[in-house]
Amino acid sequence: MKRPNNASAANDASAGQAMMGVFDMPLSRRAVLKGGLYGAGGCLLSDWLARSPLQAAPAPNTSGKAKSVIQIWMWGGPCHLDTFDPKPEAGQDYTGPFTGAIETNVSGMRIHQLLPKLAQQADKYSLIRSMTHGVFAHETASYIVQTGRKPGGRDVFPCVGAVVSLFKGYNAGYKGLIPPYVVLTEPQGRFSEAGFLGGTYKPFATGGNPGAPQFLVEGVASPGVTEEQQHQRRELLHRLDMLNAAMPGHPQLQALNECENQAYELIVGDAGKVFDPNQEPEEVRQRYGRNTFGQSCLVARRLVEAGVPYITINYKGWDTHKEHFQIMRRKLPELDAGLSSLLQDLADRGLLESTIVWCGGEFGRKPQVSWEAPWNGGRQHYGHVFSTLVAGGGFRGGQVLGSSDAKGEFVKDRPVYQWDFISTMYQQLGIDPQAPLPHPQGKTVLATPTVDDGYEIGGRLNEIT
Amino acid sequence: MNPESSSHASESSVGIAPAAAASLFETSGPTTTANDIDQAVRRRLNRLKLAAAPPCSDAVFLRRAFLDLIGTLPTADEARQFLNWNKANKRIALVNQLLSREEFVQYWGMKWCDLLRVKAEFPINLWPNAAQAYDRWIRESVRENKPYDHMVRELLTSSGSNFRVGPVNFYRAMQSNTPRDIASTVALTFMGERVDRWPAERLDGLAVFFSCVGFKGTREWKEEVVYFDSVKAVDEQANGNLAKAVFPDGTPASLDGQVDPREVFADWLICRENASFARCAANRIWFWLFGRGIVHEPDDFRSDNPASCPELLNTLEKKLIASKYDCRELIRFIVSSQTYQQSPVPRSDSQQADTQFACYPLRRLEAEVLIDAICGITDSTESYSSAIPEPFTFIPEQQRSIELPDGSITSSFLEMFGRPPRDTGMANERNNQPTSAQRLHMLNSSHIRRKIERSESMKTLIAKFQKNPVQGAAEIYLTVLSRYPTDVELAVVEQYAKGSIGKRRAAFDLVWALMNSSEFLYRH
Repeated sequence: MKRPNNASAANDASAGQAMMGVFDMPLSRRAVLKGGLYGAGGCLLSDWLARSPLQAAPAPNTSGKAKSVIQIWMWGGPCHLDTFDPKPEAGQDYTGPFTGAIETNVSGMRIHQLLPKLAQQADKYSLIRSMTHGVFAHETASYIVQTGRKPGGRDVFPCVGAVVSLFKGYNAGYKGLIPPYVVLTEPQGRFSEAGFLGGTYKPFATGGNPGAPQFLVEGVASPGVTEEQQHQRRELLHRLDMLNAAMPGHPQLQALNECENQAYELIVGDAGKVFDPNQEPEEVRQRYGRNTFGQSCLVARRLVEAGVPYITINYKGWDTHKEHFQIMRRKLPELDAGLSSLLQDLADRGLLESTIVWCGGEFGRKPQVSWEAPWNGGRQHYGHVFSTLVAGGGFRGGQVLGSSDAKGEFVKDRPVYQWDFISTMYQQLGIDPQAPLPHPQGKTVLATPTVDDGYEIGGRLNEIT
Repeated sequence: MNPESSSHASESSVGIAPAAAASLFETSGPTTTANDIDQAVRRRLNRLKLAAAPPCSDAVFLRRAFLDLIGTLPTADEARQFLNWNKANKRIALVNQLLSREEFVQYWGMKWCDLLRVKAEFPINLWPNAAQAYDRWIRESVRENKPYDHMVRELLTSSGSNFRVGPVNFYRAMQSNTPRDIASTVALTFMGERVDRWPAERLDGLAVFFSCVGFKGTREWKEEVVYFDSVKAVDEQANGNLAKAVFPDGTPASLDGQVDPREVFADWLICRENASFARCAANRIWFWLFGRGIVHEPDDFRSDNPASCPELLNTLEKKLIASKYDCRELIRFIVSSQTYQQSPVPRSDSQQADTQFACYPLRRLEAEVLIDAICGITDSTESYSSAIPEPFTFIPEQQRSIELPDGSITSSFLEMFGRPPRDTGMANERNNQPTSAQRLHMLNSSHIRRKIERSESMKTLIAKFQKNPVQGAAEIYLTVLSRYPTDVELAVVEQYAKGSIGKRRAAFDLVWALMNSSEFLYRH
């Protein structure tokens, strides 16, 4: 079924207000929705946060050009040679069948031959070709890239999305109904994404498939239940909720009721439409690519337009130990259409200046192809050097930062560590990289590590900001 | 208050006053004889001039005892039997039955596994085989009701392969196993103390006991042997380090490098004179039954965080020692008390009533218990997976989530509803706060809807409802809420079914509504 498009069927007091759309709510409603979808009932900080000496909510940040981030997480590890750091001269043991690289609209900046549309957008993004951490295992590498921290010690650190939702989410004046940290579509799940920040900062994973005829965001859209039925059964629920009747105003139940009010804003209100790619013209949908990734890019753009601070597109399928080149022939055109349309659209709408788009995986892939059985032309994990694309939000376009050697095996110059990159992103977002994070045991932990933590610090990426 | 947030409260009380609704959860007259717990709590409440809640009804007790003791909902038949059971002291009889059920082992095993950080992968790397061995040992210990002091001694002093000797994994279930890190974990787990509040010397003195723990690999992949490194002990003796061992109470220890220092520490920890050991355990068990410690949180013992009722804690601690650390006996003692058997509806300020145990505190079902309950009433199953693929872990389809042997094996439901990541063993890792995303999921997700729609037993109930709404509704109530509906509720349901909605959808909506009621979602 379709989500009913017409909220006028709503017959409760909120219907009229729901018609007003998500972002122009009257103040009274803002108050009740302040906690938002992930705000644990609006006013309930979890126990530990309430006890923490750092409980004071971080001040809302207005400095920094960037307001939102779209992270394209190429899960599995995309090959730098086959995306943003081609080495056509390295010989066939390195290039495989892809012996060419194409010029972009920025002279001297070449990318993979199967990314022609992105080549026309190169003035909008920069490429960091000297990312390194030296780790070859998915989970540890993911942890480093997602959190900007090395594993070990007693703390599990939050990933960038959780930190951004701490500093740019409900604590900082974000008022949207859509949670401040959204993952399209499945959670990354390699580790607890919110780390010690706790469940409040976990992402909202949409489930469903934006590439399907209906993008059924789990919980928001319910095929087969009309809006009238939603209202009828909600009323039945209220009339039968005896525990609620027995202790009206009990704080625990009050919190549950507030969550329910917020949930119904998405179920029967207009807010849920932000997720719906059907609201876009067919031509636009085609341009992004009628596949899960392309439509995820389109939905991500809609979420940015709605003010959501952090969106991750969990883009799987880059762990290509076997059939690497066949898979690249399939995936690169998909990446090309989706990402280039996203950059173009953000720029056309004047949103690129305030939106960081970063695209990469947990590591690269081994430059030397494994031709032998059982790989038969695959590429293995590779952490010595890999590439990240970054655009918008104050990052300059058309720049290449750092480089790998002739065969893409090691960093040639300007090694960039993930914590340098993350701390630069935070600065663009107006988040102080040295801001303390609320810690369950009251320890002083900063948003990004310092030399004192035993990290090699390469510094802010001034070349591309 | 905002008009919208109040809309819920006003609608929910349509046709029924709070006192009338409360009577559903309560009974008059004594249901159990007072024990030492009740004396202690009563004295404290009198001093604070707080009114205690009346006893809970049989139906509430039934559901509460099932959820708290075995993490499992009663079936409709079990509910009917208990409610119709004409027996003196039937509550105690029920408790005894529950304590001997396998689900008791699984549910309480899960709690210990949370505390002891049983998790195969990242950021704690036990590895699947070792996590399974550790889990098996923990649940076996609960099954045989191993005295708590014995259990702890084994955890602290075992040596051997991580795959074969389950308890050695205690020393491996940490992100880093330096002597200081081990000492921090030991203090947190068995003393309920957070070492970041300790003076550095105290931690250093404790760390010495763990300075000779050795870890070595074998030729088997990911096997690791934990042992007493006697060579290292000679060095530590020679360099004077062993002489620096001090028990956390300030008593110096004499270590000679011949005896495993872990043994010396374990003997000190579990000896009768060290009341802090029993106190921490008793408080934790109380916390597990009430959702709130007498010292709260249960892993934050310190001089400036006093017990809310010292006499009560004292009583429990003595009971645990007198029973030779029989945890099951302590649980029986607690749930037999009038304090435990109070109504959930407070008669005084709810926050104060919760901290002083003047009512049974409301709290949301844990993630695992909730999904098991949903699966139970819809005869459905869940699939769980471990994110790290090697070696693959397969979970039998019928396995319940309280039985999952490894914190790395999970589902998006468990994550959404706040299952602890088992990274630190701290009690506050578990998050039972409601969120709107959870509410969306319960109210409107395809996951929950499919479970109800495809359930064979629900189909039977719905057919019964279509034939006779009153009987069908009673059956649905017994299945979902473990009680009979009241006349008021039946009238609401009948009226709902009479409209244009039709009986079939009415029955479906009734199931949906009860599963979304706070009575279902909360322990009460």
